[in-house]
Amino acid sequence: MAMRTPLKTARQLGSAKEGADHFWKQRVTAVANLVLGLFLVWLIASLVGADHATVKAKLANPVIALGLLALIVSGTVHMRLGMQTIIEDYVHKDGSKIVLLMLNTFFAAAIALTSVYAILKLSFGG
Amino acid sequence: MADASSKPVARPQRPLSPHLQIYTPLINMVMSILHRLTGAALYFGTLLLAWWLIAAATGPAYFDYVSSWFSPWYGQAVLIGYTWALFHHMLGGVRHFIWDLGYGYDLRTVDQLSWGSGALSLIITGLIWLGVAFARGGF
Ligand code: HEM
Repeated sequence: MAMRTPLKTARQLGSAKEGADHFWKQRVTAVANLVLGLFLVWLIASLVGADHATVKAKLANPVIALGLLALIVSGTVHMRLGMQTIIEDYVHKDGSKIVLLMLNTFFAAAIALTSVYAILKLSFGG
Repeated sequence: MADASSKPVARPQRPLSPHLQIYTPLINMVMSILHRLTGAALYFGTLLLAWWLIAAATGPAYFDYVSSWFSPWYGQAVLIGYTWALFHHMLGGVRHFIWDLGYGYDLRTVDQLSWGSGALSLIITGLIWLGVAFARGGF
């Protein structure tokens, strides 16, 4: 006799088998964000009130540009996963859920691409 | 007993689990909600970071224009709020790491971690902005 309730195979499909991956990526990016977030606070604090030339020179510094790129990648992956959890917790109608999950991905991608573009332009754009 | 080949059954009408408004607010519950709210605030706040980077990459005139949004009191208020959200969420994340590793589950420690991270986020935010104010030559 199987000691299982029908819930085990919700709709007979089982779980999506992606939960552990989501959890793990959220944690890895969280650790990265911890370090890179402190870096960002330092960077902005050191640039408060600075004029454009100073900001430009600082952001074009290779170490700073790499740090910012890492922050953007880690941050946007992390925030997309986090917002996905929020959407899945509160939105239960298939249609709106799918639309919101797509918008979430587009938003994270748009932030990532525009920021990376700006950083690369500051480094290489002359 | 049902097995893997059983058809989905109609759900019996069970009582629903109570939601937030039923519980007395406890500090770890408040912190959990704030972790989610600050996460969402940081999410939309990335627009500001992207905007600032674009401004720096565009040129002096546009950079000055964007900066002018951040210097009045409301711009500063948003930045202070963002600083607090970041540190609150960051320290909340550290609390999650401690729990993920299996420590700190007795109720006293849960309370201490919650109060501690909440207080620390305010202290750090205050210190950073005091530092910024002094670096700019006082108030
Ligand atoms: C600074 C270091 C950060 C740490 C240590 C951190 C840590 C975490 C952790 C551990 C979670 C999972 C919470 C859970 O499973 O309930 C989480 C969720 C989340 N994080 Fe972060 N995070 C950081 C930065 C950020 C940033 C910069 C953003 C946005 C730009 C962000 C957005 C989110 C969102 C939207 C969630 C989902 C909240 C929820 O499910 O309630 N986080 N964070």
